[in-house]
Amino acid sequence: MDALLRILQTNPLLPRAEIAKLLGLEEKEVEAKIAELEAEGVILGYTAIINREKWDPDTVTALIEVKVTPEREGGFDRIAARIARFDEVLSCYLMSGRYDLLVIVQGRTLREVAAFVAEKLSTMEGVQATATHFRLKTYKENGTFHHLVTIPERLPVSP
Amino acid sequence: MSIRVAKHVERLPRSGIRDFFEIVQGMSDVVSLGIGEPDFATPWNIREAAIYSLERGKTGYTSNLGLPRLRRAIANYVERNFHVSYNPLNEILVTVGVSEAIDLALRAVLEPGDEVIYHEPCYVSYNPSVQLAHGVPVPIQTRAEDGFTLRAEEIEKALSPRTRVLMMNFPTNPTGATMPPDELKKIASLCRKHDLVVLTDEIYSELTYDSQPHYSIAAYEGMRERTIFLHGLSKAYAMTGWRIGFACAPAEIIEAMMKIHQYSILCASIMSQEAAIEALERGESAMIAMRREYELRRNYICRELNAMGFPTCMPKGAFYVFSDIRLSGLDSKTFSLRLLKEKKVAVVPGTAFGQAGEGFVRCSFATSLNLIKLALERISEFRSSLAKAA
Repeated sequence: MDALLRILQTNPLLPRAEIAKLLGLEEKEVEAKIAELEAEGVILGYTAIINREKWDPDTVTALIEVKVTPEREGGFDRIAARIARFDEVLSCYLMSGRYDLLVIVQGRTLREVAAFVAEKLSTMEGVQATATHFRLKTYKENGTFHHLVTIPERLPVSP
Repeated sequence: MSIRVAKHVERLPRSGIRDFFEIVQGMSDVVSLGIGEPDFATPWNIREAAIYSLERGKTGYTSNLGLPRLRRAIANYVERNFHVSYNPLNEILVTVGVSEAIDLALRAVLEPGDEVIYHEPCYVSYNPSVQLAHGVPVPIQTRAEDGFTLRAEEIEKALSPRTRVLMMNFPTNPTGATMPPDELKKIASLCRKHDLVVLTDEIYSELTYDSQPHYSIAAYEGMRERTIFLHGLSKAYAMTGWRIGFACAPAEIIEAMMKIHQYSILCASIMSQEAAIEALERGESAMIAMRREYELRRNYICRELNAMGFPTCMPKGAFYVFSDIRLSGLDSKTFSLRLLKEKKVAVVPGTAFGQAGEGFVRCSFATSLNLIKLALERISEFRSSLAKAA
């Protein structure tokens, strides 16, 4: 299962027949395993990694540090779930350290993201403070480089 | 006046790989399965460590034996992974690749006319290295039916009063064979009985697949004292260009090898040695990731070649498949040349690795999956065109 998941993480579009050849399995077995992983909720979805400079460069992404007052019952979970439900929120993590939640937000303009923080996020009950950082450039995302590509040169035949 | 070349050098054949390389170099759009080195660049943490050492101005000679810290790292690594312990002060020598270590070891132990038993198909340098050290190469042919493993009884048959050294390379380039531990035990006992020196080149040891352990003959009872253990970072750590190998052996042997090394090479380059420390101490996870990738490609290429009708046993180690092409009706060299000219795919004729390689070609899977797929498509077309012509 580990090998299958690693393949799906790096190239989910690889035809099932080819995955089968890589793993030494039959195509039907691969399909069954993937179906099982999806049904068990191990695989939650598949996504493309997009180079924002080439497509929709004006989209704004912000990392927002959020300080929260935890609740007697449930800790951070209720407020985190409440924040995560907004469409603007791409990711939401509970963190150790100076702040509690790290929220990654995407919007069409700076103003839109600012409005989300000012009107929705910081006014929420339990939110004590926020600090917003805007993304300027992406170098690497989900293990994939956006600019840096190195193709090592090799001799065409070697011992 | 022309300069006369020494006879024993003139007699050496050119490497079959070199001939092939020159043909391929003149062509464009060739997909090569002929490359005996990883397609990965050296893991970044290793490259970064070398850059840092340059920044600190570490640009001088090192001890002839190699940096003390590197030798300690090697001692730990060998003990951890091969279960043999060597003293970093006088039982480890850092060399310029395993190739240099093989040359040093042979020159250190052979008297002119001493015989060296080794198994074919094997790496291209074994036979010439023995000859350059004024020894007599005695190849044993391994067979596809045995998974290209070496059998103690075959060694016994090849013994003579002049036999001095047994040279082994498992996992093997070009066949990917590994040694079952029970056969290795028999070989060890044979070496003790006949007082042979064992030269074991274990450069591919980390690249052993299917979660199988690697067994080193050096770890068998009574073998440490008669074994010259050779290893390096080129293959598993994708560091071919750094040229770092090492030899571990009893102090007298290392002292003798170091003498030759000191007068001919002096020391391996310091930046490479600095990089090697990082590789041995913190390179494992990157190495495991590369091994996983090779294993997937191995499964793929092996299944496809078998499906085309070229019997190919699943290699247990290294990154080559040694494919039986006899049903094509062509010999290895003709097959490889025609495949190159007609379909622009480079493979290496099995005969480059000794006569036992006739009827086989070596395909490397140290190449991206996309290129492997393209090469396999072309090989399949070639196979069909041969079938039609027949």
